[in-house]
Amino acid sequence: MSAGTVSGAVTAVLLALFVGAWAWAWSERRRAGFEAAARLPLDEDETEAQP
Amino acid sequence: MINPPVDERYNDGVVRQFALMTVVWGIVGMAVGVLIAAQLYWPTLFEGIAWLSYGRLRPLHTNAVIFAFGGCALMGTSLYVVQRTCHVRLFSDRLASFVFWGWQAVIVSAAVTLPLGFTQGKEYAELEWPIDILITLVWLSYAAVFFGTLLRRRVAHIYVANWFYASFIVAVALLHVVNNLALPVGWFKSYSVYTGAVDAMAQWWYGHNAVGFFLTAGFLGMMYYFVPKQAGRPVYSYRLSIVHFWALIAIYMWAGPHHLQYTALPDWAQSLGMVFSLVLLAPSWGGAINGVMTLSGVWHKLRTDPIIKFLVVALSFYMIATFEGPMMSIKTVNSLSHYTDWTVGHVHAGALGWVAMISLGSLYAMWPRLLGLKQMWSERLIDAHFWLHTLGVVFYIASMWIAGVMQGLMWRATNADGTLSYSFVESLAATYPYYLIRLFGGLLVLAGMGLMAWNVWQTWRSARTTEDPAVLPVATAH
Repeated sequence: MSAGTVSGAVTAVLLALFVGAWAWAWSERRRAGFEAAARLPLDEDETEAQP
Repeated sequence: MINPPVDERYNDGVVRQFALMTVVWGIVGMAVGVLIAAQLYWPTLFEGIAWLSYGRLRPLHTNAVIFAFGGCALMGTSLYVVQRTCHVRLFSDRLASFVFWGWQAVIVSAAVTLPLGFTQGKEYAELEWPIDILITLVWLSYAAVFFGTLLRRRVAHIYVANWFYASFIVAVALLHVVNNLALPVGWFKSYSVYTGAVDAMAQWWYGHNAVGFFLTAGFLGMMYYFVPKQAGRPVYSYRLSIVHFWALIAIYMWAGPHHLQYTALPDWAQSLGMVFSLVLLAPSWGGAINGVMTLSGVWHKLRTDPIIKFLVVALSFYMIATFEGPMMSIKTVNSLSHYTDWTVGHVHAGALGWVAMISLGSLYAMWPRLLGLKQMWSERLIDAHFWLHTLGVVFYIASMWIAGVMQGLMWRATNADGTLSYSFVESLAATYPYYLIRLFGGLLVLAGMGLMAWNVWQTWRSARTTEDPAVLPVATAH
Protein backbone atom coordinates (compact mmCIF):
# COMPACT_ATOMS: atom_id res chain seq x y z
CA MET A 1 0.00 0.00 0.00
CA SER A 2 1.50 3.34 -1.04
CA ALA A 3 1.92 6.30 1.25
CA GLY A 4 -0.68 8.16 -0.83
CA THR A 5 -3.30 5.47 -0.16
CA VAL A 6 -2.56 5.55 3.57
CA SER A 7 -2.80 9.33 3.79
CA GLY A 8 -6.02 9.23 1.72
CA ALA A 9 -7.51 6.65 4.08
CA VAL A 10 -6.45 8.64 7.16
CA THR A 11 -7.99 11.80 5.69
CA ALA A 12 -11.26 9.92 5.01
CA VAL A 13 -11.36 8.54 8.57
CA LEU A 14 -10.68 11.97 10.10
CA LEU A 15 -13.34 13.58 7.92
CA ALA A 16 -15.85 10.93 8.97
CA LEU A 17 -14.93 11.50 12.64
CA PHE A 18 -15.44 15.24 12.22
CA VAL A 19 -18.86 14.85 10.60
CA GLY A 20 -19.70 12.23 13.23
CA ALA A 21 -18.82 14.67 16.03
CA TRP A 22 -21.19 17.28 14.58
CA ALA A 23 -23.98 14.69 14.25
CA TRP A 24 -23.39 13.51 17.83
CA ALA A 25 -23.34 17.03 19.28
CA TRP A 26 -26.47 18.11 17.38
CA SER A 27 -28.54 14.95 17.95
CA GLU A 28 -31.98 15.72 19.37
CA ARG A 29 -31.59 13.16 22.15
CA ARG A 30 -28.74 15.15 23.73
CA ARG A 31 -30.33 18.58 23.50
CA ALA A 32 -31.84 18.68 26.99
CA GLY A 33 -28.68 17.31 28.63
CA PHE A 34 -26.48 19.91 26.96
CA GLU A 35 -28.83 22.74 27.82
CA ALA A 36 -28.68 21.70 31.48
CA ALA A 37 -24.87 21.40 31.28
CA ALA A 38 -24.60 24.88 29.79
CA ARG A 39 -26.23 26.30 32.94
CA LEU A 40 -23.55 24.86 35.27
CA PRO A 41 -21.62 28.15 35.65
CA LEU A 42 -24.84 29.96 36.56
CA ASP A 43 -25.91 27.62 39.39
CA GLU A 44 -24.63 29.82 42.21
CA ASP A 45 -26.24 33.01 40.92
CA GLU A 46 -29.62 31.30 40.70
CA THR A 47 -29.34 30.15 44.30
CA GLU A 48 -28.38 33.67 45.39
CA ALA A 49 -31.41 35.03 43.54
CA GLN A 50 -33.87 32.65 45.22
CA PRO A 51 -32.92 32.42 48.90
CA MET B 1 -35.58 21.51 43.65
CA ILE B 2 -32.26 21.50 45.46
CA ASN B 3 -30.70 18.48 47.13
CA PRO B 4 -29.96 18.68 50.89
CA PRO B 5 -26.79 20.65 51.72
CA VAL B 6 -23.51 18.76 51.83
CA ASP B 7 -21.19 19.20 54.79
CA GLU B 8 -18.26 20.42 52.71
CA ARG B 9 -16.58 23.71 51.83
CA TYR B 10 -14.76 24.79 48.69
CA ASN B 11 -10.98 25.08 48.98
CA ASP B 12 -10.68 28.76 48.09
CA GLY B 13 -7.48 29.31 50.06
CA VAL B 14 -5.25 27.99 47.29
CA VAL B 15 -7.28 29.90 44.68
CA ARG B 16 -6.73 33.17 46.60
CA GLN B 17 -2.99 32.44 46.79
CA PHE B 18 -2.77 31.91 43.03
CA ALA B 19 -4.97 34.93 42.30
CA LEU B 20 -2.78 37.16 44.45
CA MET B 21 0.45 35.92 42.86
CA THR B 22 -1.06 36.42 39.39
CA VAL B 23 -1.17 40.16 40.13
CA VAL B 24 2.31 40.18 41.69
CA TRP B 25 3.99 38.23 38.85
CA GLY B 26 2.02 40.18 36.26
CA ILE B 27 3.59 43.40 37.56
CA VAL B 28 7.07 41.85 37.77
CA GLY B 29 6.92 40.25 34.30
CA MET B 30 5.52 43.34 32.61
CA ALA B 31 8.01 45.61 34.41
CA VAL B 32 10.87 43.50 33.03
CA GLY B 33 9.20 43.80 29.61
CA VAL B 34 9.16 47.58 29.91
CA LEU B 35 12.80 47.50 30.98
CA ILE B 36 13.94 45.53 27.93
CA ALA B 37 11.79 47.70 25.66
CA ALA B 38 13.72 50.66 27.13
CA GLN B 39 17.01 48.85 26.43
CA LEU B 40 16.04 48.53 22.77
CA TYR B 41 15.51 52.29 22.66
CA TRP B 42 18.53 53.19 24.83
CA PRO B 43 20.97 50.37 23.97
CA THR B 44 23.56 51.47 26.52
CA LEU B 45 21.16 51.15 29.45
CA PHE B 46 22.91 49.00 32.12
CA GLU B 47 25.83 48.49 29.76
CA GLY B 48 28.51 46.31 31.31
CA ILE B 49 26.25 44.68 33.90
CA ALA B 50 25.96 41.10 32.64
CA TRP B 51 22.89 40.05 34.64
CA LEU B 52 20.96 43.13 33.49
CA SER B 53 21.81 42.64 29.83
CA TYR B 54 19.05 42.27 27.26
CA GLY B 55 19.99 38.69 26.37
CA ARG B 56 19.43 37.52 29.94
CA LEU B 57 16.42 39.67 30.80
CA ARG B 58 14.43 38.80 27.68
CA PRO B 59 13.93 35.12 28.69
CA LEU B 60 13.20 36.35 32.22
CA HIS B 61 10.41 38.53 30.78
CA THR B 62 8.88 35.74 28.66
CA ASN B 63 9.09 33.17 31.47
CA ALA B 64 7.63 35.60 33.99
CA VAL B 65 4.63 36.65 31.90
CA ILE B 66 3.85 33.21 30.43
CA PHE B 67 4.59 30.81 33.28
CA ALA B 68 4.39 33.05 36.36
CA PHE B 69 1.56 35.48 35.44
CA GLY B 70 -0.26 33.20 32.96
CA GLY B 71 0.49 30.04 34.92
CA CYS B 72 -0.83 31.39 38.23
CA ALA B 73 -3.94 32.74 36.46
CA LEU B 74 -4.59 29.36 34.84
CA MET B 75 -3.96 27.31 37.97
CA GLY B 76 -6.01 29.64 40.16
CA THR B 77 -9.02 29.88 37.86
CA SER B 78 -8.95 26.18 36.94
CA LEU B 79 -9.03 25.16 40.61
CA TYR B 80 -11.89 27.64 41.18
CA VAL B 81 -13.89 26.55 38.12
CA VAL B 82 -13.50 22.82 38.63
CA GLN B 83 -14.86 23.06 42.20
CA ARG B 84 -17.83 25.26 41.22
CA THR B 85 -18.86 23.26 38.15
CA CYS B 86 -18.40 19.88 39.88
CA HIS B 87 -20.03 20.97 43.17
CA VAL B 88 -17.20 19.44 45.19
CA ARG B 89 -14.14 20.46 47.23
CA LEU B 90 -10.70 20.04 45.66
CA PHE B 91 -9.11 16.63 45.88
CA SER B 92 -6.31 16.71 48.51
CA ASP B 93 -5.60 20.04 50.24
CA ARG B 94 -1.96 19.08 50.87
CA LEU B 95 -1.30 18.33 47.20
CA ALA B 96 -3.01 21.58 46.19
CA SER B 97 -0.77 23.45 48.63
CA PHE B 98 2.29 21.69 47.20
CA VAL B 99 1.21 22.79 43.70
CA PHE B 100 1.10 26.43 44.83
CA TRP B 101 4.40 26.50 46.75
CA GLY B 102 6.14 24.25 44.20
CA TRP B 103 5.12 26.55 41.35
CA GLN B 104 6.36 29.61 43.24
CA ALA B 105 9.67 27.80 43.82
CA VAL B 106 9.94 27.18 40.07
CA ILE B 107 9.31 30.87 39.36
CA VAL B 108 11.87 32.06 41.91
CA SER B 109 14.45 29.58 40.57
CA ALA B 110 13.84 30.96 37.08
CA ALA B 111 14.19 34.53 38.33
CA VAL B 112 17.58 33.66 39.84
CA THR B 113 19.10 31.36 37.21
CA LEU B 114 18.10 33.24 34.03
CA PRO B 115 19.83 36.55 34.95
CA LEU B 116 22.87 34.49 36.04
CA GLY B 117 23.03 33.16 32.49
CA PHE B 118 22.03 29.52 33.01
CA THR B 119 19.97 28.46 30.00
CA GLN B 120 19.27 25.51 27.72
CA GLY B 121 18.99 27.98 24.86
CA LYS B 122 15.52 26.73 23.86
CA GLU B 123 12.94 29.49 23.55
CA TYR B 124 10.28 29.28 26.30
CA ALA B 125 12.13 26.19 27.62
CA GLU B 126 15.28 27.93 28.87
CA LEU B 127 15.25 26.54 32.39
CA GLU B 128 17.97 23.99 33.19
CA TRP B 129 17.31 20.36 34.05
CA PRO B 130 16.99 20.48 37.89
CA ILE B 131 14.21 23.09 37.52
CA ASP B 132 12.66 21.03 34.72
CA ILE B 133 12.38 18.07 37.08
CA LEU B 134 10.73 20.25 39.73
CA ILE B 135 8.27 21.54 37.08
CA THR B 136 7.41 17.94 36.17
CA LEU B 137 6.70 17.04 39.82
CA VAL B 138 4.55 20.13 40.38
CA TRP B 139 2.70 19.61 37.12
CA LEU B 140 1.89 15.96 37.87
CA SER B 141 0.60 17.03 41.30
CA TYR B 142 -1.53 19.73 39.62
CA ALA B 143 -2.90 17.06 37.26
CA ALA B 144 -3.66 14.81 40.24
CA VAL B 145 -5.55 17.60 42.04
CA PHE B 146 -7.53 18.60 38.93
CA PHE B 147 -8.43 15.12 37.69
CA GLY B 148 -8.94 13.88 41.27
CA THR B 149 -11.53 16.63 41.72
CA LEU B 150 -13.21 15.73 38.42
CA LEU B 151 -13.45 12.12 39.61
CA ARG B 152 -15.20 13.21 42.84
CA ARG B 153 -17.73 15.44 41.04
CA ARG B 154 -21.36 15.43 42.14
CA VAL B 155 -22.79 16.24 38.68
CA ALA B 156 -22.80 13.72 35.84
CA HIS B 157 -21.57 16.08 33.14
CA ILE B 158 -18.05 17.53 32.92
CA TYR B 159 -18.53 21.19 31.95
CA VAL B 160 -16.73 22.29 28.76
CA ALA B 161 -14.38 24.70 30.60
CA ASN B 162 -12.95 21.68 32.45
CA TRP B 163 -12.34 19.89 29.15
CA PHE B 164 -10.21 22.80 27.97
CA TYR B 165 -8.33 23.02 31.28
CA ALA B 166 -7.82 19.23 31.20
CA SER B 167 -6.36 19.28 27.68
CA PHE B 168 -4.08 22.13 28.75
CA ILE B 169 -2.79 20.10 31.70
CA VAL B 170 -2.25 16.89 29.72
CA ALA B 171 -0.67 18.57 26.68
CA VAL B 172 1.73 20.74 28.72
CA ALA B 173 2.95 17.67 30.65
CA LEU B 174 3.67 15.91 27.34
CA LEU B 175 5.31 18.95 25.71
CA HIS B 176 7.47 19.79 28.70
CA VAL B 177 8.87 16.29 29.16
CA VAL B 178 9.54 15.57 25.47
CA ASN B 179 11.19 18.89 24.61
CA ASN B 180 13.35 19.03 27.75
CA LEU B 181 14.91 15.55 27.44
CA ALA B 182 18.59 16.31 27.95
CA LEU B 183 21.90 14.86 29.09
CA PRO B 184 23.16 16.72 32.17
CA VAL B 185 26.90 17.43 32.33
CA GLY B 186 26.73 19.41 35.59
CA TRP B 187 24.20 20.96 37.95
CA PHE B 188 23.51 23.90 35.62
CA LYS B 189 24.49 22.57 32.21
CA SER B 190 22.91 19.99 29.93
CA TYR B 191 22.72 19.06 26.26
CA SER B 192 19.47 18.31 24.45
CA VAL B 193 19.08 14.72 23.26
CA TYR B 194 17.97 16.07 19.87
CA THR B 195 20.30 17.39 17.20
CA GLY B 196 20.07 19.54 14.08
CA ALA B 197 16.75 19.86 12.27
CA VAL B 198 15.15 17.29 14.62
CA ASP B 199 16.05 19.55 17.56
CA ALA B 200 14.46 22.50 15.76
CA MET B 201 11.30 20.52 15.03
CA ALA B 202 11.01 19.18 18.61
CA GLN B 203 11.53 22.74 19.91
CA TRP B 204 8.82 24.28 17.72
CA TRP B 205 6.43 21.40 18.18
CA TYR B 206 6.84 22.37 21.84
CA GLY B 207 6.86 26.12 21.22
CA HIS B 208 3.76 26.27 19.09
CA ASN B 209 1.79 23.91 21.30
CA ALA B 210 2.82 25.95 24.30
CA VAL B 211 0.92 28.70 22.47
CA GLY B 212 -1.89 26.29 21.58
CA PHE B 213 -2.41 24.60 24.91
CA PHE B 214 -0.85 26.86 27.55
CA LEU B 215 -1.82 30.23 26.02
CA THR B 216 -5.02 29.16 24.22
CA ALA B 217 -6.78 26.03 25.50
CA GLY B 218 -6.32 26.95 29.15
CA PHE B 219 -7.56 30.50 28.63
CA LEU B 220 -10.50 29.21 26.57
CA GLY B 221 -11.42 27.25 29.70
CA MET B 222 -11.45 30.59 31.51
CA MET B 223 -13.57 32.09 28.70
CA TYR B 224 -16.17 29.29 28.82
CA TYR B 225 -16.74 29.83 32.54
CA PHE B 226 -16.34 33.55 33.13
CA VAL B 227 -18.03 34.94 29.97
CA PRO B 228 -21.34 33.11 30.68
CA LYS B 229 -20.96 33.88 34.39
CA GLN B 230 -20.49 37.59 33.89
CA ALA B 231 -23.09 37.84 31.10
CA GLY B 232 -25.55 35.98 33.33
CA ARG B 233 -26.58 33.59 30.55
CA PRO B 234 -25.41 30.21 29.28
CA VAL B 235 -22.86 30.01 26.47
CA TYR B 236 -24.36 30.77 23.02
CA SER B 237 -24.09 27.17 21.78
CA TYR B 238 -22.98 24.38 24.06
CA ARG B 239 -22.99 21.98 21.13
CA LEU B 240 -20.63 24.24 19.18
CA SER B 241 -18.33 24.28 22.20
CA ILE B 242 -17.95 20.50 21.94
CA VAL B 243 -17.01 20.62 18.24
CA HIS B 244 -14.77 23.62 19.03
CA PHE B 245 -12.89 21.62 21.65
CA TRP B 246 -12.18 18.51 19.58
CA ALA B 247 -11.41 20.42 16.37
CA LEU B 248 -9.02 22.82 18.15
CA ILE B 249 -6.98 20.22 20.02
CA ALA B 250 -6.82 17.88 17.01
CA ILE B 251 -5.49 20.57 14.66
CA TYR B 252 -3.17 22.59 16.94
CA MET B 253 -0.72 19.71 17.41
CA TRP B 254 0.44 19.83 13.76
CA ALA B 255 0.94 23.57 13.17
CA GLY B 256 4.41 23.90 14.78
CA PRO B 257 6.52 23.72 11.58
CA HIS B 258 5.26 27.18 10.54
CA HIS B 259 7.94 28.56 12.89
CA LEU B 260 10.56 26.99 10.60
CA GLN B 261 9.55 28.10 7.09
CA TYR B 262 12.48 28.25 4.66
CA THR B 263 14.84 26.47 7.07
CA ALA B 264 16.57 23.06 6.91
CA LEU B 265 13.26 21.40 7.86
CA PRO B 266 11.96 19.11 5.04
CA ASP B 267 9.79 21.02 2.62
CA TRP B 268 6.76 18.76 3.13
CA ALA B 269 6.86 19.42 6.88
CA GLN B 270 6.88 23.19 6.25
CA SER B 271 3.85 22.90 3.95
CA LEU B 272 2.08 20.65 6.45
CA GLY B 273 2.60 23.25 9.17
CA MET B 274 1.23 25.97 6.90
CA VAL B 275 -1.89 23.97 5.90
CA PHE B 276 -2.75 23.01 9.48
CA SER B 277 -2.26 26.64 10.54
CA LEU B 278 -4.72 27.78 7.88
CA VAL B 279 -7.30 25.16 8.93
CA LEU B 280 -6.86 26.34 12.52
CA LEU B 281 -8.64 29.57 11.67
CA ALA B 282 -11.99 27.71 11.64
CA PRO B 283 -12.06 26.31 15.20
CA SER B 284 -10.39 29.47 16.57
CA TRP B 285 -13.03 31.78 15.16
CA GLY B 286 -15.82 29.27 15.85
CA GLY B 287 -14.92 29.32 19.53
CA ALA B 288 -14.45 33.09 19.68
CA ILE B 289 -17.81 33.73 18.01
CA ASN B 290 -19.40 31.30 20.48
CA GLY B 291 -17.99 33.42 23.31
CA VAL B 292 -18.97 36.78 21.83
CA MET B 293 -22.50 35.65 20.88
CA THR B 294 -23.08 34.63 24.50
CA LEU B 295 -23.77 38.34 24.98
CA SER B 296 -26.66 38.39 22.50
CA GLY B 297 -29.59 39.87 24.35
CA VAL B 298 -27.40 41.54 26.97
CA TRP B 299 -25.19 43.70 24.75
CA HIS B 300 -26.04 46.70 26.93
CA LYS B 301 -23.77 45.23 29.62
CA LEU B 302 -20.85 46.05 27.34
CA ARG B 303 -21.53 49.72 28.06
CA THR B 304 -21.80 49.45 31.81
CA ASP B 305 -19.80 46.44 33.00
CA PRO B 306 -16.00 46.93 32.73
CA ILE B 307 -15.42 43.21 33.36
CA ILE B 308 -17.51 42.35 30.28
CA LYS B 309 -15.42 44.89 28.37
CA PHE B 310 -12.25 43.05 29.35
CA LEU B 311 -13.70 39.68 28.35
CA VAL B 312 -15.18 40.77 25.01
CA VAL B 313 -12.18 42.83 23.92
CA ALA B 314 -10.01 39.83 24.87
CA LEU B 315 -12.05 37.74 22.43
CA SER B 316 -11.70 40.46 19.77
CA PHE B 317 -7.91 40.40 20.12
CA TYR B 318 -8.09 36.60 20.05
CA MET B 319 -9.84 36.82 16.68
CA ILE B 320 -7.29 39.35 15.39
CA ALA B 321 -4.36 37.18 16.49
CA THR B 322 -5.87 33.92 15.16
CA PHE B 323 -6.51 35.54 11.79
CA GLU B 324 -3.04 37.05 11.69
CA GLY B 325 -1.33 33.80 12.74
CA PRO B 326 -2.60 31.62 9.86
CA MET B 327 -1.86 34.47 7.44
CA MET B 328 1.74 34.72 8.70
CA SER B 329 2.16 30.95 8.33
CA ILE B 330 1.63 31.23 4.54
CA LYS B 331 5.11 30.78 3.14
CA THR B 332 5.11 33.89 0.95
CA VAL B 333 3.85 36.09 3.80
CA ASN B 334 6.27 34.41 6.21
CA SER B 335 9.20 35.27 3.92
CA LEU B 336 8.38 38.91 4.63
CA SER B 337 7.30 38.72 8.26
CA HIS B 338 9.75 36.26 9.78
CA TYR B 339 12.61 37.67 11.90
CA THR B 340 10.95 41.12 11.90
CA ASP B 341 9.11 42.97 14.67
CA TRP B 342 5.81 41.94 13.03
CA THR B 343 6.22 38.63 14.89
CA VAL B 344 6.74 40.54 18.13
CA GLY B 345 3.55 42.54 17.44
CA HIS B 346 1.62 39.34 16.67
CA VAL B 347 2.78 37.65 19.87
CA HIS B 348 1.73 40.65 21.95
CA ALA B 349 -1.69 40.91 20.25
CA GLY B 350 -2.13 37.37 21.57
CA ALA B 351 -0.37 37.74 24.91
CA LEU B 352 -1.46 41.23 26.00
CA GLY B 353 -4.71 41.38 24.02
CA TRP B 354 -6.09 37.88 24.50
CA VAL B 355 -4.27 36.12 27.36
CA ALA B 356 -3.82 39.08 29.70
CA MET B 357 -7.27 40.61 29.10
CA ILE B 358 -9.22 37.36 29.54
CA SER B 359 -7.18 36.74 32.73
CA LEU B 360 -7.73 40.24 34.11
CA GLY B 361 -11.48 40.10 33.37
CA SER B 362 -11.73 36.67 35.00
CA LEU B 363 -9.71 37.82 38.04
CA TYR B 364 -11.93 40.88 38.52
CA ALA B 365 -14.97 38.56 38.35
CA MET B 366 -13.42 36.04 40.76
CA TRP B 367 -11.88 38.27 43.45
CA PRO B 368 -15.12 39.47 45.08
CA ARG B 369 -16.50 35.93 45.13
CA LEU B 370 -13.32 34.71 46.84
CA LEU B 371 -13.77 37.33 49.57
CA GLY B 372 -17.50 37.06 50.15
CA LEU B 373 -18.22 40.38 48.41
CA LYS B 374 -20.58 41.43 45.62
CA GLN B 375 -18.04 43.39 43.62
CA MET B 376 -14.57 44.92 43.57
CA TRP B 377 -13.76 47.94 45.74
CA SER B 378 -13.91 50.27 42.72
CA GLU B 379 -15.67 49.59 39.41
CA ARG B 380 -14.30 52.87 38.04
CA LEU B 381 -10.72 51.69 38.61
CA ILE B 382 -11.52 48.52 36.62
CA ASP B 383 -12.79 50.74 33.82
CA ALA B 384 -9.66 52.90 33.97
CA HIS B 385 -7.52 49.76 33.91
CA PHE B 386 -9.46 48.53 30.87
CA TRP B 387 -8.80 51.73 28.90
CA LEU B 388 -5.12 51.96 29.91
CA HIS B 389 -4.58 48.33 28.94
CA THR B 390 -6.47 48.55 25.64
CA LEU B 391 -4.67 51.73 24.59
CA GLY B 392 -1.33 50.25 25.62
CA VAL B 393 -1.93 47.14 23.50
CA VAL B 394 -2.97 49.23 20.50
CA PHE B 395 0.15 51.42 20.73
CA TYR B 396 2.27 48.31 21.14
CA ILE B 397 0.93 46.21 18.28
CA ALA B 398 0.38 49.04 15.80
CA SER B 399 3.98 50.24 16.20
CA MET B 400 5.36 46.74 15.84
CA TRP B 401 3.19 46.01 12.78
CA ILE B 402 4.48 49.11 11.02
CA ALA B 403 8.08 48.47 12.12
CA GLY B 404 7.91 44.81 11.08
CA VAL B 405 6.46 45.30 7.61
CA MET B 406 8.93 48.13 7.01
CA GLN B 407 11.88 45.96 8.08
CA GLY B 408 10.71 43.09 5.86
CA LEU B 409 10.40 45.39 2.84
CA MET B 410 13.76 47.06 3.46
CA TRP B 411 15.61 43.76 3.93
CA ARG B 412 14.32 42.30 0.67
CA ALA B 413 14.72 45.44 -1.49
CA THR B 414 17.41 45.06 -4.15
CA ASN B 415 18.97 47.39 -6.69
CA ALA B 416 18.97 46.70 -10.44
CA ASP B 417 22.39 45.01 -10.15
CA GLY B 418 21.13 42.63 -7.45
CA THR B 419 22.84 44.27 -4.48
CA LEU B 420 20.83 45.08 -1.34
CA SER B 421 19.25 48.56 -1.33
CA TYR B 422 19.65 49.01 2.42
CA SER B 423 22.21 47.98 4.99
CA PHE B 424 20.87 46.37 8.18
CA VAL B 425 21.68 49.42 10.25
CA GLU B 426 19.57 51.61 7.95
CA SER B 427 16.53 49.42 8.73
CA LEU B 428 17.40 49.68 12.42
CA ALA B 429 17.54 53.47 12.23
CA ALA B 430 14.14 53.50 10.49
CA THR B 431 12.72 51.29 13.28
CA TYR B 432 14.03 53.51 16.07
CA PRO B 433 10.96 55.78 16.65
CA TYR B 434 8.63 52.77 16.76
CA TYR B 435 10.62 51.34 19.67
CA LEU B 436 9.73 54.46 21.65
CA ILE B 437 6.02 54.05 20.83
CA ARG B 438 6.22 50.40 21.89
CA LEU B 439 7.85 51.44 25.18
CA PHE B 440 5.02 53.92 25.75
CA GLY B 441 2.40 51.21 25.08
CA GLY B 442 4.14 48.91 27.54
CA LEU B 443 4.17 51.63 30.20
CA LEU B 444 0.39 52.10 29.82
CA VAL B 445 -0.16 48.35 30.31
CA LEU B 446 2.11 48.34 33.39
CA ALA B 447 0.32 51.37 34.83
CA GLY B 448 -2.98 49.50 34.44
CA MET B 449 -1.56 46.62 36.47
CA GLY B 450 -0.70 49.13 39.19
CA LEU B 451 -4.35 50.19 39.33
CA MET B 452 -5.34 46.55 39.62
CA ALA B 453 -2.96 45.95 42.52
CA TRP B 454 -4.43 48.97 44.36
CA ASN B 455 -7.99 47.80 43.69
CA VAL B 456 -7.24 44.25 44.85
CA TRP B 457 -5.56 45.55 48.01
CA GLN B 458 -8.55 47.75 48.88
CA THR B 459 -11.00 44.94 48.09
CA TRP B 460 -9.07 42.57 50.32
CA ARG B 461 -9.12 45.12 53.17
CA SER B 462 -12.90 45.42 52.94
CA ALA B 463 -13.41 41.65 52.81
CA ARG B 464 -16.04 40.41 55.21
CA THR B 465 -14.53 36.96 55.40
CA THR B 466 -11.85 34.75 53.98
CA GLU B 467 -13.65 31.66 55.22
CA ASP B 468 -14.27 29.07 52.52
CA PRO B 469 -17.88 29.06 51.26
CA ALA B 470 -20.01 25.92 51.56
CA VAL B 471 -20.21 23.61 48.56
CA LEU B 472 -23.41 24.32 46.66
CA PRO B 473 -25.84 21.36 46.66
CA VAL B 474 -26.66 20.01 43.22
CA ALA B 475 -30.07 20.86 41.79
CA THR B 476 -31.97 17.64 41.10
CA ALA B 477 -32.47 18.57 37.48
CA HIS B 478 -28.86 17.59 36.72
